[in-house]
Amino acid sequence: MTTDLSRRPDGAVVGESMPHESAALHVTGHALYTDDLVAGRTDVLHAHPVTAPHAHARVTSLDPAPALDVPGVVRVLTAADVPGVNDSGVKHDEPLFPDVVMFHGQAVAWVLGETLEAARRGALAVEVAYEPLPAVLTLAEAIDAEAFQGGQPTVARGDVESGLAQATHVFSGELDLAGQEHFYLETHASLAAVDEGGQVFVQSSTQHPTETQEIVAHVLGLRSHEVTVQCLRMGGGFGGKEMQPHGFAAVAALGAVLTRRPVRVRLTRNQDITMTGKRHGFHAQWRAGFDAEGRLLALDATLTSDGGWSLDLSEPVLARALCHVDNAYWIPHVRVHGRVAHTHKTSQTAFRGFGGPQGMLVIEDVIGRCAPLMGLDPREVRRRSFYAEGHDTPYGQPVRHPERLEAAWGQLHDEADLERRLADVAAFNDAHDHRKRGLAITPVKFGISFNFTAFNQAGALVHVYKDGSVLINHGGTEMGQGLHTKMLQVAATALGLPLELVRLAPTRTDKVPNTSATAASAGADLNGGAVKDACEQIRRRLVEFDAGRGLEWHELVSAAYFARVQLWAAGFYRTEGLHWDSTAMRGHPFKYFSYGVAAAEVEVDGFTGAYTTRRVDIVHDVGDSLSPLVDLGQVEGGFVQGAGWLTLEDLRWDTSDGPHRGRLSTQAASTYKLPSFSEMPVDFRVSLLERAHEDGVVYGSKAVGEPPLMLAFCVREALRQAAASFGPEGVSVDLASPATPEAVFWALSAARDARPADPADAHVVEGAPGVEPDQPPPDAPELHPRSEQAPAGPR
Amino acid sequence: MGVTVNGEPRPLVVGGAVTPHTSLLDYLRELGLTGVKEGCAEGECGACSVMVARPAGPDSSDTSEDGSRWTAVNACLPPAAALEGQEVVTAEGLGTPVALHPVQHEMAVRGGSQCGYCTPGFVCSMAAEFYRADRRPGEAADGDAEHGANGFDLHALSGNLCRCTGYRPIRDAAYALGAPDETDPLARRLERPAPPAGATRVGDETAAFVRPATLDEALALLAERPDAVLVAGATDHGVEVNLRGLRPALAVGIDRLPELRGLDVRDEEVEIGAALTLSEVERGLAGRVPLLASLMPQFASRLIRNAATLGGNLATASPIGDSTPVLLALESRLVLVSAQGEREVALADFFTGYRQTLRRPDELIRAVRVPLPMAPVTAFHKIAKRRFDDISSVAVAVALQVDDGVVTRARVGLGGVAATPLRALATEAVLEGRPWSAETVDAAATVLGSEGTPIDDQRASAAYRAAMLGNALRRVWEEQGR
Repeated sequence: MTTDLSRRPDGAVVGESMPHESAALHVTGHALYTDDLVAGRTDVLHAHPVTAPHAHARVTSLDPAPALDVPGVVRVLTAADVPGVNDSGVKHDEPLFPDVVMFHGQAVAWVLGETLEAARRGALAVEVAYEPLPAVLTLAEAIDAEAFQGGQPTVARGDVESGLAQATHVFSGELDLAGQEHFYLETHASLAAVDEGGQVFVQSSTQHPTETQEIVAHVLGLRSHEVTVQCLRMGGGFGGKEMQPHGFAAVAALGAVLTRRPVRVRLTRNQDITMTGKRHGFHAQWRAGFDAEGRLLALDATLTSDGGWSLDLSEPVLARALCHVDNAYWIPHVRVHGRVAHTHKTSQTAFRGFGGPQGMLVIEDVIGRCAPLMGLDPREVRRRSFYAEGHDTPYGQPVRHPERLEAAWGQLHDEADLERRLADVAAFNDAHDHRKRGLAITPVKFGISFNFTAFNQAGALVHVYKDGSVLINHGGTEMGQGLHTKMLQVAATALGLPLELVRLAPTRTDKVPNTSATAASAGADLNGGAVKDACEQIRRRLVEFDAGRGLEWHELVSAAYFARVQLWAAGFYRTEGLHWDSTAMRGHPFKYFSYGVAAAEVEVDGFTGAYTTRRVDIVHDVGDSLSPLVDLGQVEGGFVQGAGWLTLEDLRWDTSDGPHRGRLSTQAASTYKLPSFSEMPVDFRVSLLERAHEDGVVYGSKAVGEPPLMLAFCVREALRQAAASFGPEGVSVDLASPATPEAVFWALSAARDARPADPADAHVVEGAPGVEPDQPPPDAPELHPRSEQAPAGPR
Repeated sequence: MGVTVNGEPRPLVVGGAVTPHTSLLDYLRELGLTGVKEGCAEGECGACSVMVARPAGPDSSDTSEDGSRWTAVNACLPPAAALEGQEVVTAEGLGTPVALHPVQHEMAVRGGSQCGYCTPGFVCSMAAEFYRADRRPGEAADGDAEHGANGFDLHALSGNLCRCTGYRPIRDAAYALGAPDETDPLARRLERPAPPAGATRVGDETAAFVRPATLDEALALLAERPDAVLVAGATDHGVEVNLRGLRPALAVGIDRLPELRGLDVRDEEVEIGAALTLSEVERGLAGRVPLLASLMPQFASRLIRNAATLGGNLATASPIGDSTPVLLALESRLVLVSAQGEREVALADFFTGYRQTLRRPDELIRAVRVPLPMAPVTAFHKIAKRRFDDISSVAVAVALQVDDGVVTRARVGLGGVAATPLRALATEAVLEGRPWSAETVDAAATVLGSEGTPIDDQRASAAYRAAMLGNALRRVWEEQGR
């Protein structure tokens, strides 16, 4: 069965492989980003933050006067200047100008100057006195202090205790997994002005223009129709610009309203890393039971995420982690409990995968550590536990198309010549004492849609002009993921026109209102549905007007105009069939699942732990691709970003009791390392899953933004296996996350001695009933039913 | 007076906004060339990469000696004033959206851009390699994963970061490039010499950038102004200005003084000018100092090596500068020059404390002298998280003379294990006079593991640093001893 939404017409422009719609602008430096609009202008004021040198402190006094003596300083913005609500979030727990500092480097005031240099000098001159307060920094400290925030949900199915009792093998252990800095190449930027119509116009590098608009409005005490937000394009987002831009946009807007001059906020890299939220690090405690064949029988786990100083998106991130701890595996008995730690760090936020990667890493780590103890190849443990037709997820959603896991697994084995290469790896390892290789294969299953049902809606505005040219607007933002390219292809397909006739205008809240964030991989599904709807409304009118005459497009449009046929339309789309009860943590939150399988071969140097990724093969399910070159780019880029998170990127805070406690010590590109050319797989092969039409989704396609990130688990598992090869047969390897060369070195050193990498680490404990993870107290708060949006609060 | 940008002369001071501290990046953006992006402001990401016409210097092509070389550099680091009289090309100067440059074309059609923010910088780095006169198809060794069949050296892109693509399409674009067209004006430009570096003075008594015309002038200025900050490639200076708010009253540009740019291979020593860039040293030596040759690809990135100088790397006295362990193992000596004349000091004596040296404020490092003949067994091991463009957590350079199976002379230079770079004297003592054997290596490796006072920091733990010291020697034995 193919629905109207997914049916693809002959000669469709969707499905054609084409470069990014802005590629020619990108490569020539002509593509404009928010801060480029400032170049050469002399009327713009520049903003610089006054940042706190404490992780937790009360502001006892703040004197802006000395700053005003600095030449070029125009104004200092403080809490007293806020006409509306002093809050930069939707939960009213994020004061824009705080009186209590909640993380090292938090801005307590902003200085506006004629030049950035003047603003910087002014910020140094502002006199602030602090009363330092005790700070909770690490997850261990937060757990000890029971410092949690928000709801503490549990996903459960079956009876974990009886599942563990039935199991042939029971293991328990713990895992610490790291966060990740987004490191979009374009840092946060906003440019605000009061325009000639009196409205506040904010240009912002934001994934969520509507929410930026709402926050700017509430800070200024205005209504939404008095504020317009435009996003030209972003130099990368990855979730880091879903919630985090709002405060910076509000500072710019506040400055513009107060000074009646355009105000620019642009963070330096160090400010951006210091001040904005990151991927949540997690701590996991787990017990797992396997049957005699190594199939998963039961999982009992408690996941604690490091939320930072405010809730932000931590609750929905946690919910998605709990909904993905199963990854691709049928686990009959599950109990997974989650909680968000409150720490004095940046407010951790959305990052590609949105908790999914963290949840899935737990089960992949469990399998990677336990399989050798059962005398099994982890590859077999994984495959034997795959979901099959008729299975439900732990939260009660039927798993559609589980056969695609087997299909992708098989396709990958063939394309990657896996059996032969596994033999080659074994032969290489036998022949070399100081270099070892590992080859691992891991699956991905990832749910598509916002968990919070209301967010699964989108709008579009499509104009056909009298000359036959077409202009489309939609609610999604372009951050490099190729959404605009796909939307142009969707519009051309829906209207039956060549691509050259269609143009796309930047995202603006006064064109399409009440949009959801461009997030959850759902940008093309949602906005594609809306663009298609608008185009089809126009096309239906034109077909009716044409009445079988077969007029050529330009002629038809012109004639229709004179016959007073409406040549533009607003489109709307909502994903059907979704429901979610966040209190019970049950329902059908996802439209469908994306599947993928990846295999990585690595080589590890025994002297240093340094490694190279020799080859990566991927088979990934994108449905019927809307734009194959774009999708390929998302798969490859997501994979490398995931590999960066798992192997290289290493956030370190000063957790000492010294004077810089709480300071992020990796706050620069020189200390926070993301993958460069030297980390890319030498041989990198990606194929799309064959026969993958997705019914009920725009032109049979599937979302692609987030799922490929988690394909990178295979790199980590390959490193684990290579490290294990330095030791005796059947050794279980604990591998720290991220698996930096140093971590791999300790892992392989431990494997050589067949002991845990760090005796302080909780190594896998074997035997029933195992070490029970922390359980929620009886009065643990539930997730608020609308935890992804504003709770009832003061407005 | 001014800078030639994309073929057009532009005044150095635009609307009064350019100060002696204004970076080339901010200056170009002020000109409206917003394709030049700031990604990190410390030379790590390459989003601000531009091409500069530099003297071709020696390479393996026949014609380049007197010509120019398009050299990719980070625009965020040098002061704009240091580019006075120079020629700069940005992505906007290569092609237009309707008439793409070959590099831009390959990047666009192969999916080399996603968000596009890093792209103009990639394009400039790639274009510089595209125009490299001695880039030859098939020059790469078989199985070399870092060269294309077209001779493209992937290290040309080692200083550019992309967060979107995963790099594969960018590599494909680089490896798909042909040769420049004969009529390509940027290729033709290379036939003529690079612009000379003339005397420059920008600023006033509170802040100035000065490029003296001659060495004597520079030395006179230093004698008069002990507060002067020396600037060569600005790869360290730019970071201090951008990230730490350094605003010196006087910055003196010394990178183009001819006396600091010689390269002489003599019978008893090699003398390397302190202001040669690392790329120039690499090309000029062409492998004649194997230990330096193995250092170069591991030293930062091509973008940094195109600007950074050996003199600068030594004068900053960073304990994690990568050239110091190598030059220590080579028993190098430094030539210091002042208005009073020259003196020569051993590099091993040069570092007196954390970022402190024997150099007086009125002195310059003129040259580095590496004595000949060199030890036959050498190795440089850099331990870092990332292979391209990272800072060492530990660096070990080893130079061993082995005669009739006995270690007759051992020199081991270390970085990252103390407040200064240092020689591993205890290890050297264990090695010297003993047979070159697994037993000796084991004994020496144990001693080496306890040299210095490594610390825990965000790059590595002290325990790992110590382990890497010993293992460096074991690896030398494994690779060169057996």
